[in-house]
Amino acid sequence: MRTSESSTTTIAKGGGIAAPLTTLLGKYWPKDWRGDRLTAFLVLLPSIIAVAIFVYGFILWTFRVSFTNWSGWTATYDFVGLENWKQLFLNDERWLIDLRNLVEYAVVFMTLCIVMGFLMAALLNQRVKGESFFRTVFVFPFAVSGIVTGVTWRWLMYPPAGINLIFHYLGLDFLQNKWYAASYGTMAVALAGAWQFTGYVMALYLAGLRGINAELLEAAQIDGAGTWNLYRNVIIPMLSPVTFTAIVLTGMGSIRVFDLVVAISGSGAGYTTDTMAFYMFQSIFQTSRFALGGTIAAFMVVLSAFLVGPYLMSMRREVE
Amino acid sequence: MAAVATTARRRQRPWTWQRLLGRVLIYGLLIFLAAYFLMPIYVLFITALKPYARVDYTKMWELPRSLDLTGFLTGWEKVAPNFINSVIITVPAAVISSFIGSMNGYIFAKWKFRGSDTLFILFLVGMFLPYQGILIPLVQTLQRFNLYGTLLGLILTHCIFGIPITALMFRSYFAGVPNELVDASKIDGCGFFGIYRYVLLPISFPAFAVVGIWQFTNIWNDYLIGVVVLSNPRLSPVMIAVKNTAGSFTTEWNVQMAAALIAALPTIFVYLALGKFFMQGLLAGSVKG
Repeated sequence: MRTSESSTTTIAKGGGIAAPLTTLLGKYWPKDWRGDRLTAFLVLLPSIIAVAIFVYGFILWTFRVSFTNWSGWTATYDFVGLENWKQLFLNDERWLIDLRNLVEYAVVFMTLCIVMGFLMAALLNQRVKGESFFRTVFVFPFAVSGIVTGVTWRWLMYPPAGINLIFHYLGLDFLQNKWYAASYGTMAVALAGAWQFTGYVMALYLAGLRGINAELLEAAQIDGAGTWNLYRNVIIPMLSPVTFTAIVLTGMGSIRVFDLVVAISGSGAGYTTDTMAFYMFQSIFQTSRFALGGTIAAFMVVLSAFLVGPYLMSMRREVE
Repeated sequence: MAAVATTARRRQRPWTWQRLLGRVLIYGLLIFLAAYFLMPIYVLFITALKPYARVDYTKMWELPRSLDLTGFLTGWEKVAPNFINSVIITVPAAVISSFIGSMNGYIFAKWKFRGSDTLFILFLVGMFLPYQGILIPLVQTLQRFNLYGTLLGLILTHCIFGIPITALMFRSYFAGVPNELVDASKIDGCGFFGIYRYVLLPISFPAFAVVGIWQFTNIWNDYLIGVVVLSNPRLSPVMIAVKNTAGSFTTEWNVQMAAALIAALPTIFVYLALGKFFMQGLLAGSVKG
């Protein structure tokens, strides 16, 4: 009895906002969960609940929608099994075009961002004058929104004007093309996306390059490694964690392209610039086919999980 | 020390033809790339400054003969109310989510409990999630609470989906504060809130700047959540208004470019004025755990 009383007073002293609760439950309350430690948990709790509901609960909810026949503004949850998924992958021509567009977009966007980003970082790492100027210019598009980027590039890629005109001035007329109006229009959209995101990838690589031990590079050079070999066998392998991050981020960017398409071309003639996100948006907000939209959304989550899962696993190792 | 010596030696390296060629190549490429990345901005400016009749396709790259502000005036007229909406949405959302993030980051870094690291990773899922995965439930839930189509609904949405990234950024920052400092202030009688208020808050200005700028930029530039939650043209954020300046048949290019430029100015200004913090945000938002 005495011991229990004295422990209660100690708790009450450092108890913070949770003191009454711990006092009430006395010795039955676990030792770890007292005083400030309990306060900390209680402060975090609203965020935990918010994430649990708005991230995890909502994802499950979306999956649930994908197994129903909900269409129209009033929600109906009649279970239809995998019907929507079957429809989408077996019978939906627009969806199959979207998948092809995803590949087109991802190839152009990821290659440009990663290759150019690395090249730009390598150039900036050559002790150049005006480094901060170039860095500012390269990263700057990332501060510009997708809509502004799209609106601008729509004008730049407007077939009778823009870049085609530059090609004409340079006598490179054979390079002229219809950009987003062409059958490979998604690649043109990816070009605008890469303009926006390459600077980000460059910043990642530059930080990675700056983190490489200078003595190590020196040693490799003394061993007779030329510039090419140095990059090929030392620098690029050492930067593979950065490349991994860049692949995950650009891959995610490819999956969820939305505002660029909205601003540049919409779904395009024959869905040449359509994307999964755009189809999902239209199916919900224009045709009220919620089950269809939910299925597309659920598929986008599945696809992202393949990229993000391994990434978070590697982060977990870093965290612990 | 070794690095300094190396640099000094490199500087003294004699200029050979090969080295000169290398330098010319490096600067040539850099200048070309800088021109490429600035090209859209150049076009944005000159088109916005031309009168509509003069926006001639064949002369699109030429500088305007005289400055014409009708594009800007019409553009501003079209997006001004939405610009103000964006301010009303973005500023509170950025401030509130930075504050929530600082608390969460403080707990994840300095008040670890069993399973808190796992919980942290589970939080991060929310940051990589494609938002399409939550749109339908979001609309349903906001409707249920009469928040659909309101500024408050959009602010709350941004605050909630900012929880993961802000927790990540603050956690990294507070992890760099020595534990000894926290322990010492515990001995001095500081509790959970005391440590936050008197030990961490006074040194967290850089972290608040990084997170605040990051959230400001992302929320200001958002289109998807805005158009889903608040598509009403009177209440919608500025990016939606910019998108709508494109007519379905003819586009007044000068007006649209001016509107785009106006909408982009706040984030461009923040980037140019506080670029250091912006860059730190880029890095904190991805690699570091």
